[in-house]
Amino acid sequence: MDALTPLLAADSLFPRGVLPYLVGGLLVGLGAAVIYLATGIIAGASTFLESTLSYVSRVERFNRFTYVQSRDWRVVFTLGIVAGAAVWGFALAPDPGIWTTDVQWWRLLGGGVLVGIGTRLGKGCTSGHGVCGVGSLSNTSLANVATFMTFAIGTAQLVQAVGVSP
Amino acid sequence: MSDDAQSPLFLPVIFVGGLVFGLGLAVSGMARPEVVLDFLQFEDFGLLFVMGGAAVVTGVTFAVATRYLDRAPLTATEYTRRVKEFDRNVVVGGAIFGVGWGISGICPGAAYASFGVGNYVILWAIAGMFVGAYAQGYARSRLASTTEGN
Repeated sequence: MDALTPLLAADSLFPRGVLPYLVGGLLVGLGAAVIYLATGIIAGASTFLESTLSYVSRVERFNRFTYVQSRDWRVVFTLGIVAGAAVWGFALAPDPGIWTTDVQWWRLLGGGVLVGIGTRLGKGCTSGHGVCGVGSLSNTSLANVATFMTFAIGTAQLVQAVGVSP
Repeated sequence: MSDDAQSPLFLPVIFVGGLVFGLGLAVSGMARPEVVLDFLQFEDFGLLFVMGGAAVVTGVTFAVATRYLDRAPLTATEYTRRVKEFDRNVVVGGAIFGVGWGISGICPGAAYASFGVGNYVILWAIAGMFVGAYAQGYARSRLASTTEGN
């Protein structure tokens, strides 16, 4: 019963409010739009993983032309993401300062490995499929997003149910 | 791309775009795995506005550019939409990605942003993503070469 009651109140649907989410989302879209309008490039965050591996690995797949020719700007894009988040975290945020997660290291590592496999196999991630693909009304991206949302929610609920926290 | 006469503005614009993108990820809370996990556990539905808000902006941008604009000024690239071919990997990959996202609360862009807010613990996730991407690429390279060998 306790679990159901909060769903009835809008407050509990959004305990942190809606504004930061909406403003943040619009900025994410704006960042992608700036790059797209200037260069025609549809930016996703996960190709960086494969293209960056081409610097250090001789595995054929990472050294495909599309990765090698884009790897430099993908590093710059990623550094931009890090810098932009730092601007918020250390200057503009209401409580500026270093922030670290309480989520346990093995969850981050194990989840990260699966994210790395899945995003490359599935041709995109939350930004590539979720933002740019959905913005393109691509059926492939909509199918990918529906799949990863379903499995993510199921997994997170399961993790919570077996009592792993944080 | 490096062979062509590239606009001197190319990399600066990419950086600025990434900066706004990362700022958005930090403002929205996606740089914090806790916030993402709260969403996946139905305790805070705010994340719908992040993906929704971002997709509306890119959607309008893509629609206007592909319809009314000619070529991107810095690269002379024609404006297109992001349409990738559908195959079984899209669903299998999405499922694996989803399980990983549900365990860790972290996806690639948000992980870089999380590092930007000082979260050095997130390096575990970033290291994991590189290991996963490497394993995936290695396996597929091997698979491709054995198929060709036969």
